[in-house]
Amino acid sequence: MDLDLPDDALELRKVVRDFAVQEVAPVAEELDRTKAFPYELVAKMGELGWMGIPFPEEVGGAGGTTLQYAVAVEELTRIDSSVAITMCAHTSLGTQPIWLFGDDAQKAEYLPDLCAGKKLGAFGLTEPEAGSDAGALKTRASLDGGTWTIDGSKQFITNAGTDISGHVAITAITGETTDAKGRTRPEISNLIVPNGTPGYEIGEPYRKMGWNASDTRPLSFSGAEVPEAHLLGPRGQGFKQFMRILDGGRIGVAAMGLGLAQGALDEAAAYAKSRNAFGGPIARFGQIQAKIADMATEIEAARLLVYRAAALKDAGRDFSLTAAQAKLKTGRLAVKASEEAVQIHGGYGYIEEYPVCRFYRDAKILTIGEGTDEVQQMVISRAVLA
Amino acid sequence: MTKIVVLVKEVPDAAVQKQVDSSTGRLDRSGEKTLNPFDTHAIEAALQLKESGALDVDEVVAVTVGPSSAVKALHKAVSLGADRSIHLTDDALVGSDVVGTGYALAELIKRESPDLVLAGQQSDDGQSYAVGAAVAEYLGWPGLTQVIKLDVDGQTLTCERQAEYGYDTVKVTLPAVISVGDAINEPRYPSLKAIMGAKKKPLESLSLGDAEIDASKVGEAGRKAVWTGSQEPPAKAAGELIEDEDTAETVEKIVAWLDDRKLI
Ligand SMILES: Cc1cc2nc3c(=O)[nH]c(=O)nc-3n(C[C@H](O)[C@H](O)[C@H](O)COP(=O)(O)OP(=O)(O)OC[C@H]3O[C@@H](n4cnc5c(N)ncnc54)[C@H](O)[C@@H]3O)c2cc1C
Ligand SMILES: Cc1cc2nc3c(=O)[nH]c(=O)nc-3n(C[C@H](O)[C@H](O)[C@H](O)COP(=O)(O)OP(=O)(O)OC[C@H]3O[C@@H](n4cnc5c(N)ncnc54)[C@H](O)[C@@H]3O)c2cc1C
Repeated sequence: MDLDLPDDALELRKVVRDFAVQEVAPVAEELDRTKAFPYELVAKMGELGWMGIPFPEEVGGAGGTTLQYAVAVEELTRIDSSVAITMCAHTSLGTQPIWLFGDDAQKAEYLPDLCAGKKLGAFGLTEPEAGSDAGALKTRASLDGGTWTIDGSKQFITNAGTDISGHVAITAITGETTDAKGRTRPEISNLIVPNGTPGYEIGEPYRKMGWNASDTRPLSFSGAEVPEAHLLGPRGQGFKQFMRILDGGRIGVAAMGLGLAQGALDEAAAYAKSRNAFGGPIARFGQIQAKIADMATEIEAARLLVYRAAALKDAGRDFSLTAAQAKLKTGRLAVKASEEAVQIHGGYGYIEEYPVCRFYRDAKILTIGEGTDEVQQMVISRAVLA
Repeated sequence: MTKIVVLVKEVPDAAVQKQVDSSTGRLDRSGEKTLNPFDTHAIEAALQLKESGALDVDEVVAVTVGPSSAVKALHKAVSLGADRSIHLTDDALVGSDVVGTGYALAELIKRESPDLVLAGQQSDDGQSYAVGAAVAEYLGWPGLTQVIKLDVDGQTLTCERQAEYGYDTVKVTLPAVISVGDAINEPRYPSLKAIMGAKKKPLESLSLGDAEIDASKVGEAGRKAVWTGSQEPPAKAAGELIEDEDTAETVEKIVAWLDDRKLI
């Protein structure tokens, strides 16, 4: 059993680490404070192939693996979550649906620019009254004379409103069907809506607790029209499709939780060695050592789970359960580790000049986004109790 | 058509604590290893000469002398943009000193007959700052160190080198061996595709015999520098702290201190 990363993933880890330390770290605090989208960093990451890691070269991707993708997300988040989620949501949620369900024409039209990071993709699932219960959506699309007309709204959507956002793939009710038990059900399908479509309005960014340099907005559709060919995948398969997207997306978000926890530990350990109290560094106190030891141990366990989920996906095996476990484990760990890191920093941890302050605010979304902890527990318990 | 050879070395990662192994008198090179960061500047310089068209470069070849693990440093070098690489590795090389390493590298370079050899300013482990010069000596080519700017005009390079006081401007005619300073450029990051493609680029692995290198001039057999012992550098004397209670008084104290030492 080989638990070491392959050479290419190790090498990528070093390069992403260098990039994060040299290019991201110096601007992370300012991007967060000014809530500025990291355009320059996205462009650089695009040139390096990091905006399309797991997609094949034929469509413009780097031809890499899910494991490499997870390692890259981890190393970015170790320094800054906003930059990481921009890349992560773009890959898992923005580009993945087109790669998985797009027809040849859609792939040819969208994937090269997406994989190069020239355009950003977004995924619009959540609605004001449909989050965990994403099937309770209200957005509707009706097909008439070769045109879909869309009405409704989406909420908390990442990457939809930047200057380089190209499209959002949304779920919409496109009709009615009868399920196996003979009940009438809404028919859900996915549609590609390009930015600039008349009737598609992108709202003002939210004032968030964290992820300040990441773009999150409400979207509204009033009589927005797209051609019939913008249907993504077969009509009526929308529910299955988004479940599949979220399954894979969990690996990316889990890598974020892992990276954030590691970043919090890095900061906490360095601080504990340099901060003096009662005549010497605080790292010599047993209570501080216990926190550091627990963090390091939990992180190592989480890392194995995240890489395992990624490796299963790369091997073409069923990864849903492991990905949900990795997401549950790492989201909680990120919250806990960033809290402990702030604690170790004392009052300084509550001050924005110290990265742990940002880490603490950035962590909480990881128990909520792309499926709450309670939703992960549903997924996991279903598999265990089946 | 121009060929550039870049000399690259595998060194312990910056995070690894470096120590001399007192039983062999050599650096303990265990632990994580990496491409000498100073050599990435030499690779970048080669690529910039190629990409800018300043020289009509058709090939950039990375060359190393080192143990089997040094293959990874070559992979890194080609992922950054070198076209192929050469690895000289042989048990008889163990313990080579700067002169021995320079000799072996010069022999490898002769096989390639490049127009330009680029090296880093120093290795991150041995830090002799000398291999480039030793190579130039063995080749009988002009050698320049600490070059931070390169301008090309035909076969003439105008080089700015960082000197102890200010800068020297030196003209050399190719072929030449140039060690670049780390201020010369900002090395690029390798793209993911380049990282994955690195193992597909040609890598030639040679023993001393393959390269027809005289084993008596390298390794333990050929070394002229022998390590005899080492000690910690003397601890710095504690400085004098002047508390700023009354600024006028503080200034007076500082002026007096400087005056005592004839610094003003
Ligand atoms: C910054 C940010 C970025 C986001 N980006 C995107 C994006 O790009 N695309 C997108 O589509 N969405 C996005 N989201 C939305 C996110 O995925 C949802 O917020 C999340 O899925 C939860 O949905 P909700 O907010 O409606 O909460 P609800 O579903 O209303 O949940 C409220 C609470 O009830 C619990 N709960 C719900 N159902 C059950 C149950 N059956 N059993 C037990 N407990 C339950 C939940 O776990 C939670 O604790 C983003 C959100 C944020 C904050
Ligand atoms: C099998 C083997 C085992 C070795 N074991 C030891 C050992 O135990 N202890 C030890 O001290 N040395 C060992 N060496 C390495 C050798 O002694 C050094 O390469 C030599 O001393 C260079 O000195 P430096 O590192 O100070 O280089 P510097 O003069 O500081 O380097 C300047 C530049 O020269 C180039 N350069 C330097 N070394 C090499 C190289 N090897 N290949 C290609 N380019 C190079 C690089 O561009 C570098 O930036 C070993 C070598 C081999 C092949």
